[in-house]
Amino acid sequence: MLEGNAIFRNIYCLLAGNEGNAAYCTPLAPGQYGYAGVKFGLLPHGWEWVAYFVAGFIIVFMVVNAIMLSTALYTWFERRAIGRFQARIGPNRWGPFGLLQPIADLLKMLLKEDTVPKDADRWVFNIAPIVMFVPMLLIFAVIPFGKSSYIANLNIGILFIISVTTVSALAIFMAGWASANKYAMFGAVRGVAQLVSYEVPMVLSIVGVILLSGSLSTISIVESQRLPFLLLQPLGFLIFLLAASAEMNRTPFDLIEADSEIVAGYHIEYSGMKWGVLQAAEFAAPLATGAIMATLFLQGWRGTFLPSHLWFLLKVFSIVFLLLWIRATLPRFRVDQIMGFAWKGLFPLALINLFVTAIEVLIWPLPNTGQLWLMVGINWIVAVVSIVAFANILGQRSFRRLRPRTSPLAGVTSEVG
Amino acid sequence: MTLKTEPVTINIGPQHPSTHGVFRMRVTFDGEVVVDVEPVLGYLHRGSEKLAEERTYTQVVTLTDRLDYVASMSNNLAYVLTVEKLAGIKPPDRAMYLRVIAAELMRIASHLVFTGFWLNDLGALATPLMYCFREREKILDLFEMLCGARITLSYMRPGGVFQDAPEDFWPALHRFLEEMPNYIDEYEGLITGNEIVLVRAKNVGILSAEKAVNSSISGPILRASGVEWDLRKADPYEIYDRVKFNIPFGGVGDNFDRYFVRVQEMRESLKIIEQCVEQVEPGPVRSEVPFLVRPPKGEAYGRVEAPKGELGFYLVSDGGIAPYRCKIRSPSFINLTILRDILVGWKLADMIVTFGTIDINMGEVDR
Repeated sequence: MLEGNAIFRNIYCLLAGNEGNAAYCTPLAPGQYGYAGVKFGLLPHGWEWVAYFVAGFIIVFMVVNAIMLSTALYTWFERRAIGRFQARIGPNRWGPFGLLQPIADLLKMLLKEDTVPKDADRWVFNIAPIVMFVPMLLIFAVIPFGKSSYIANLNIGILFIISVTTVSALAIFMAGWASANKYAMFGAVRGVAQLVSYEVPMVLSIVGVILLSGSLSTISIVESQRLPFLLLQPLGFLIFLLAASAEMNRTPFDLIEADSEIVAGYHIEYSGMKWGVLQAAEFAAPLATGAIMATLFLQGWRGTFLPSHLWFLLKVFSIVFLLLWIRATLPRFRVDQIMGFAWKGLFPLALINLFVTAIEVLIWPLPNTGQLWLMVGINWIVAVVSIVAFANILGQRSFRRLRPRTSPLAGVTSEVG
Repeated sequence: MTLKTEPVTINIGPQHPSTHGVFRMRVTFDGEVVVDVEPVLGYLHRGSEKLAEERTYTQVVTLTDRLDYVASMSNNLAYVLTVEKLAGIKPPDRAMYLRVIAAELMRIASHLVFTGFWLNDLGALATPLMYCFREREKILDLFEMLCGARITLSYMRPGGVFQDAPEDFWPALHRFLEEMPNYIDEYEGLITGNEIVLVRAKNVGILSAEKAVNSSISGPILRASGVEWDLRKADPYEIYDRVKFNIPFGGVGDNFDRYFVRVQEMRESLKIIEQCVEQVEPGPVRSEVPFLVRPPKGEAYGRVEAPKGELGFYLVSDGGIAPYRCKIRSPSFINLTILRDILVGWKLADMIVTFGTIDINMGEVDR
């Protein structure tokens, strides 16, 4: 599983040497990343499992820490950017541009009292933040961060991502139920309904990508993108963007935590670091979404001039910024409208997208560049036409103002005084 | 097996982000649908009416600031009008113009606060709120020039205002009048045409004109229901009969109308201020009033069109230096009486939004 990873190979071969596993540790062709060329490893023969373990641990440690650090940085960025959107400054006190603000937040959360409600289901209450956070980390296991730079080359990578993200619905329900709070219960019930509904269009929008690339593995999806799938799957991109922002309950769809209605929803009773972990999961979600979308629709790490990791970061950043922009601009849907939007809006659109893509793949199983551009044209036309049609069916564009009536009371003068 | 459901009762407030103060609703829900609403009042009761009996007529002005603290000028105006009616004082022209300018600026500020917080209730992550507060800040700066205070203004006195506007007030006001229509366009671009706002607010929380009139609702809520009733036209006070303006009113009486009427009112208020600035002439700003006003025995009821509705003061004098009785007819409190009628049957999210459009202020409700 880890074999394709360059850093893993280097560490493993350094420790185990050529004798451990000849298949791993043969030098690659020049210009490729990989094997450092050590013939005899540091560890004696028969200890290859230690090499495997150490190499695996080091690389997972690196990735997890990188994600945690970027989540912390992202909290700063989000607050700062939303500050700009809202014509204010945002955190700017500690460190240059307030960059150390996440550390201050972390310290504050660590020092806060960790309260558990009296009637709470203690065990479930305590484990819910972990259940919420771990899937966010697991997503990054199958994301290629750069050229031959990933943890695992799962041949069912997309399926893994989908199944792992579904766990967050469970976590939200656990948190809401265990809190023994009516507001939290409202949030939990809303959460289950919403998250389960939005799974459907989200998965269907990915199916188009899978059809085009012919693989479930994220690594081969990136490699198969001669054109970015954003061009080939505009509808899929849009549906995935909306469904994903519903999945991580951000503003147009944030009725799970609906600040103005049910105050904080499922995490109303949390405090201290448990609340911090829930928030960290929430802030890691845009990064995970950005990474998935960059992989599926924006060619992943592929690009010219710049190093592949930088390309990947830029693409993740642009998606994250788009999500942030949506969050800062729009108000919230009502609960029935949000379900209607999923089932009446996104679900049929995803089906249309899937249908059109399937026919195209049937006609051109191995398209050349000209046929690809033809598919781009067809898909964009389909996307625009179907979105306009659905907006007109579901939307409320026209607001007719009724004629005012004159009141029988108009013109009455003061009687008292 | 049949599933059993039962209604659940939740306390919304007194500490809740959307109750705009320490208001409490005991709400019964059937799932997400509101079955029953029972408002619980009195968490901010300070006994302003009783306190007024212990203060001289001039000192009571400071109490009125604390009623509707986002519209203190209108409170001041209603009170001093009543005292002038009671004592038979005639304020000079310039004072009346200054008062109207101040009151209309206050109306804009109050409606800005409404717009921002209403969008917060709709779940807009405070972006429109910050935009609206940016302009409210400019109005507060203008008030700071007028009287040195920003929130608890106490600018007006029986018989006029306590000081003339400084020289640099007028250019600042001109600049504000030039900028403000563009800012209102900006809000409308962000809010009025927004699909989510429309779908959330159109045809939600409808209040019929009959019910509004029967419940003695006043202000923008009444006008949104299609009743053309504005005290500035119906019972002109100060110099409102010398300026031209329209009364915007809605047709359906839903949440969107209640928002839209307020936005239109901001534009009308700007028109009024512009005309006042043209008409105002130099002169005294306070007529000769003794330090301790001693109105003759009697009673008076004065009312103004405050941003939230008809704000009335009923004063009884026994000939002394303090009112014998002061009764405040606060629009927020009266407007709250329809709460149950327009909330029951809607969903939890609609409840918050509809409650937001009533635009109450707890300082005024509990007094």
